[in-house]
Order: sequence, then structure tokens, then C-alpha cells
Amino acid sequence: YVTVMAAADSWSWFPALALGVSLLKCLFINAYHSTDFEVHRNWLAITHSLPVSRWYHENSSAWTLDYPPLFAWLELGLARAAQHFDSNMLRVENLNYVSQNTLLFQRLSVVFTDLLFIYAARECCRCVQEPKGPRDVLSRPSFVLAVLLLWNFGLLIVDRIFKNNHLKKTFTSCVCVCVRQHKHLQGALLFSVLLNLKHIYLYVAPAYGVYLLRSYCFTQDHSGGSVSWRSFRPLRLLALGSIVASVCALSFGPFIAMGQLPQVLSRLFPFKRGLCHAYWAPNAWALYNVLDKSLALLGVRLKLLEEAELPRASMTGGLVQEFQHSVLPSVTPSVTLVCTLLSILPALASIWRRPRGARGFLRCLLLCALGSFMFGWHVHEKAVLLAILPLSFLAVESREDAGIFLVLTTTGHYSLFPLLFTPAELPIKVFLMLMFTIYSFTALRKLHSGPVLRPLESAYLLGLGVVALACEAAFPLSPWRHKLPFLPLLATSVYCSVGVCYSFLRLYASLLRQEEKHKQL
Amino acid sequence: MHTCSLVSICVLLGLVVRWGVSLNSYSGAGKPPMFGDYEAQRHWQEVTYNLPPQEWYFNTTENDLNYWGLDYPPLTAYHSLICAYVANSINPEWVELHKSRGYESPMHKLFMRATVLVADLMIFIPAVVLYCLYLTDGSSKKKVSTLFCFLLYPGLILIDYGHFQYNGVSLGFTLWGVLALGLGWDALGSVAFCLALNYKQMELYHALPFFCYLLGKSVKLGLMGLFLLMRIASTVLVTFALCWLPFLSGSGYAMQVVRRIFPVARGLFEVQCLTSSLSFLWCA
Repeated sequence: YVTVMAAADSWSWFPALALGVSLLKCLFINAYHSTDFEVHRNWLAITHSLPVSRWYHENSSAWTLDYPPLFAWLELGLARAAQHFDSNMLRVENLNYVSQNTLLFQRLSVVFTDLLFIYAARECCRCVQEPKGPRDVLSRPSFVLAVLLLWNFGLLIVDRIFKNNHLKKTFTSCVCVCVRQHKHLQGALLFSVLLNLKHIYLYVAPAYGVYLLRSYCFTQDHSGGSVSWRSFRPLRLLALGSIVASVCALSFGPFIAMGQLPQVLSRLFPFKRGLCHAYWAPNAWALYNVLDKSLALLGVRLKLLEEAELPRASMTGGLVQEFQHSVLPSVTPSVTLVCTLLSILPALASIWRRPRGARGFLRCLLLCALGSFMFGWHVHEKAVLLAILPLSFLAVESREDAGIFLVLTTTGHYSLFPLLFTPAELPIKVFLMLMFTIYSFTALRKLHSGPVLRPLESAYLLGLGVVALACEAAFPLSPWRHKLPFLPLLATSVYCSVGVCYSFLRLYASLLRQEEKHKQL
Repeated sequence: MHTCSLVSICVLLGLVVRWGVSLNSYSGAGKPPMFGDYEAQRHWQEVTYNLPPQEWYFNTTENDLNYWGLDYPPLTAYHSLICAYVANSINPEWVELHKSRGYESPMHKLFMRATVLVADLMIFIPAVVLYCLYLTDGSSKKKVSTLFCFLLYPGLILIDYGHFQYNGVSLGFTLWGVLALGLGWDALGSVAFCLALNYKQMELYHALPFFCYLLGKSVKLGLMGLFLLMRIASTVLVTFALCWLPFLSGSGYAMQVVRRIFPVARGLFEVQCLTSSLSFLWCA
């Protein structure tokens, strides 16, 4: 009876956690950020009112359709439902149209997509390996993972601002789950759907592609784990290929038929937008920019450069624009592509030579996501969540990953602070961040029975606290706030990029070290 | 998990929920001529900042008691005065005599909500945390669960952060009193409860238990009890005297304050009385 009871209520904490976070989100649902609301409304209007051939040419609003066609088809479906709420929102001319029913519709769609994410998170938690022996609920790895996924600070903040974010995290989790359960075909289907919904997944497509090729198409490995060319199954490759091709055809088909492919691609990949966006995402290019600026300043000081020759535009000037570097060579989109490819190649090679099952794939996925975050063109700081979510999975199972997780998560989440800049939101982001940070530190410490961070890392994170205090509290009251208004953004971005770069290098080191261990065995 | 971190997580969650509620509207928003409790609190800051204490409870040309006249005991008035000083340093328009009636702006709302949060953080929440950790029985998990329930009690959150009042202060002081009595510090407990009583007369609901407990304790102790009783009585008198100091200079002042606090001249069910009674129900 006792064991039955134990089994029966072993997952009863999950609904409580899920309900808690949903209620919390409902509390904040009122304060919608109007730009995203308008973006969504505009897309519903475009797909509903205009013929397909005009979707990617329409630009009466500033918020043009810049997601792949499958997303547009999804919007069309949603628009059918939206008709019953308020058909006025579906008129393209009604820019910035707001009404009670429109709000209700948007909120309901948000709630629904949240349910999908909760389901995906639950599946993820089921896959976690539980250590033997009875354990109190709070110290079980599945509980810790559930909290780290559902109550993730980054997701809560980004959800508040970018409402169409749910699909991203839902599918990421579903993909992880499929991989874990070796359902390769379903995983391939889900991933191609995902790719056609948001092209940001192009970053991690190589990882998944190589993994599927290696694990699914080659059914056997040699004793050392290396690839056995004789076990190649062309039929499986065909199956995978046809799934991916059919999804892409469904999505892009009509546009290719109309010859609009170049227009669609130019909307999806707007390279005119500049290397960094108005607030620099904490990646390698932020460090590059800072180096460039300091060299320029140094050059002027040492009379090596003429001040008049330097471009006047300030890079964190709050505007999205193209600019040139003054001392170091300017960076073009092709350079970023090359750098990104170079950074993810070792990970892909390692997963090709020796796929270590689901965990190996997750690590590779994570490295691809982080590599593209580090070297990509016009990266938005919320892309760091693509790396943080898979890392949560690894963190509850290995101590080393837990240490890297804490550094990456805390830095990544702090770098999201500038997204909420009004004084009314300051308490929310501070309290939520503290809550999540305290929980992740103490829970992971307890899970791995002992300190998880190295002294240098702890010092870095304490420094992050100091930077936070300086930027949020001290700077607005200091005399420099008018002369150098973007200094806190700069400081945040640079300090966080150090942390992100460090995590990237450490993850690579752990991957390569596992290779070495394997070679020695 | 460490109790300390669990407690901090509970407190932070309580604060997030409070602030989340406060982002919404307050009662009487955008509804001239009387607005609501939010405007009442703002008006009290205006009155206490600009007028001398002797005029706070009187109907004068400067102070119209029909427009949200002060009807809480002096400690509320002093709290409003402190808030008014801060308000004036940020933006004097918020507490300008007469001209600031019906003043509404996002920054002002932020300021007012912040005053409630600060008062809660200083008085109510520490009392709750200490009470749950030291005066409740059971395992540390049970204590944390009690703390969790306590901090997320919706009635208090809605009244203080939604409708707009400062019940956290008086309830907090009462809880400090209970805490002190529980730890055997009777004089301090009496001081705390007197402060609560001087903040909102509503705490009279809780007065009898305090009185009976202290009296009973003194009686049980015999002669030592008599000394205890004397000590308690003197602390109560001194606390009251300190709180009512500005109003003791003339007999008329104190009586006027009492008349404002206990408006038996009004009908049993007047609009203001009704809303105050509703909040009494939630908080008691």
C-alpha cells in the first residue's frame, strides 16, 4: 500500500509547480508590451486579409513578416479563430488596433501554447535518471529540473515581452525528449516543423542533422564506437530526407511556385541590420567592439590617429544601424558565418566520430547553439536561452555541467535585464532573478552534495552582482548619466560576454576531454 | 534544502506577487471628485506635511474634513508625514496644499506602491518570518510551508496592494507583539501592540486577548505579578503619551482626535464606514 501511494503521488508536485508558474504569469499578463501585441496582430491581419502572393511584400506596417512560411500558415489558422473574437483586428490598415476581444484572443492563445510547454517539460523530467534510494521530493533531480525549466527566469522575462516565444521552447523540449526516447523519425518531423516555424533553428540544424545521420542511418558501430560504413542503411536516409523535404515543401512550396523565394529569403535574413543590435548581445562581437573602441581611444590619445577620421556613430546609440569599426577590420556577414561554422565544426566532428547517445547529442546541440550565439550576425540576447534550456537537463545529472550551468545561466539571465527598463518593472526582475538564482545555486549544490563552482567562478558571479548594483542603482543617480547614457548597457554586455565566452570554452573542454577518455579506454 | 534559502525564496515570491498586484489599478482611479482610498492616503500626506499637528484633525479653512479627513490615530499621521517628506523631495507637486487634489500620474503611483512595499518589508514580513521560524511547531519543512501560506494570503495583498491601504503596518506590529509575548518579553510586546493600536483603531479587536493574557499572567505570579503589571501599565502609558504628545497640549485636541477615530456621530452604514468595515473583516 505504501509503495503504491508513493508511486501514485510521486508526480503530484508537478501540477502544483506548473499551476503556480501559470498563475504567476496570469498576474503579469495585464501589462502587455504593446509592440509585440501589435506585431502579432499585424501578422494575423496580413495572412488573413491579403492573398498569399502579397504576404512577403506587404510593408505598410513597420513589423513586416519575417518568419518562415509555415509560421505564416499557422497565423492564417489562428486568424480563422480570431475572426470570431473581433474581425476588426484582421484589417491591415488598423495599425495599433486594440480592443477587449483582441486582448482576450491573444491571451488565450498564449495560455494554450503554455500548456504545450508544460507538457513538454513534464516529458523531459520523466527522462531524467533518478539515483537509487528513497529521496525527499525537493532533492530529486526531476523536481529540480522541473523548477529550472518551468520557473526559468529568462523564459518568464522573455515571455512577458515576446509573446510568440512559446513555440520555441516547446519544440526544443519535444526534440530533446524524442532524442532521449530514440524516436528518430518523430524527432526529425518535429525539428523540420520547428525549423520552418522559426529559422533561428538553423543554428542547431547541423547538430541534429549529423546526429540523425550518424545514429539512425548507420545502425551499427565498431567496437571502439567509430563509424561502420557497412551498416549504412540508405532506406533510412531516404525516410529522413523525405520527411524534411516534405515539410519544407509544404512550407515554402507555394512561394517557390510563385518565384518569390528571393523576397522571402531577404525578409528572413535581413543582413542590413548591423553586426550587433542596439544593445549588444553578450557574445564575441561585443568584446571585439569594445577592443576596437578602446584601441581607437588609445590611438587618439597617443596621437596615432586623427579624431576627425573616426566614424562618429556610437555603437550602443540605441539605434539599429550599420556601422564601421575604426581600428580593427570591419566584420561582414560572411565572416560571421565562417566563424560560426569553424566554432561548431569540432562538436559536429566529435558527434560524428562517436555519438554518445542522447547526452552527447544534447551537448553538441548546446555547443552549436552557443557557437552561433557567440559568432552570429545580429544576435538577440534572448538566443542564449536556446543554450540554457538543454544545459539544465545536463546540469541535474553531472557536477561539472552544473558548474557551467550556473555561470552561463546567471550571466545569460542578467544580460536580459536591459529588456525591461521601466522603473515599475525593476522590482519584478530583481526579485525573480534573485529567486531563480538562489534556487539554482542551493538546489544544484544539494543535488551534487558539495560546492559546484570554482573560486574564480564564484568571484566572477559576485562581480556580476556589483555590476548589477552599479548599473541599476548607482548609475541613474550619478552625474554621468547624461554624458554617457549607454554606459550601463555597455558594461552589462561586456561583463556578460566574458562569462558566456568562458562557459563556451569550458563546455568545449569537457567535450574534448570526454573524447580523450574514450580514446584511452 | 537549507531553510535559509527556502525562506528567502518564499519571501521573494511573496514580494513578486505583491508587486504584480500593485501594477494594476487602485480603487478610485480616475474617478473625481472623491476618488478612493489612494487619494485619501495622498491627501493625508498633503495635510500632515503642510499643516501643524494641532490642525490635522480639525475642520479649518486649510483642512476640509469632508474631503478624506484623517480618521486614524496619530501613528498613521506620522507615517504619512514621513512619506510626504520623501514625496516632496522627489516632486513637490505631489503634496502641494490644495493644488495636489486628485493628483494622478504613473510616477506617483509607483511612489505610493513603493511606500506600501517598504512598510511591509520593514514591519510585516520580518514579523511573519520570525513568527514562523520560532513560534510554530513542527519540522523546518512545515515551518516553511506555514510561511509560504502566510505570505501569499490574498486578502491582505489585495487590500494593501490593490485597493490601497497600509494594513501590513498595524498587523505587523500586532504580530511583533505576539512574538514578544511568546518569547516572554511582556513589556516589549505591550509596546508593540500599543503602536499597532495607535496605527489603526481596528486593532481594538485584538486588544482583549492581549489584556486578558497579561492580566492573567500577572495574577498567577503573585507579588512579582504586581511588579509586572506596574511595568506593563507604565510602558503602555508612556507609549500612548509619546504617540499623542502633540495633542496633549490642550484638552480639546485629544477629544477631537477621539471623535474622528470613533465616528459614532455618523450612521452605522456610511459609504466610508462600509469600505473600512470590509477591510476590517479581511484583516481581522
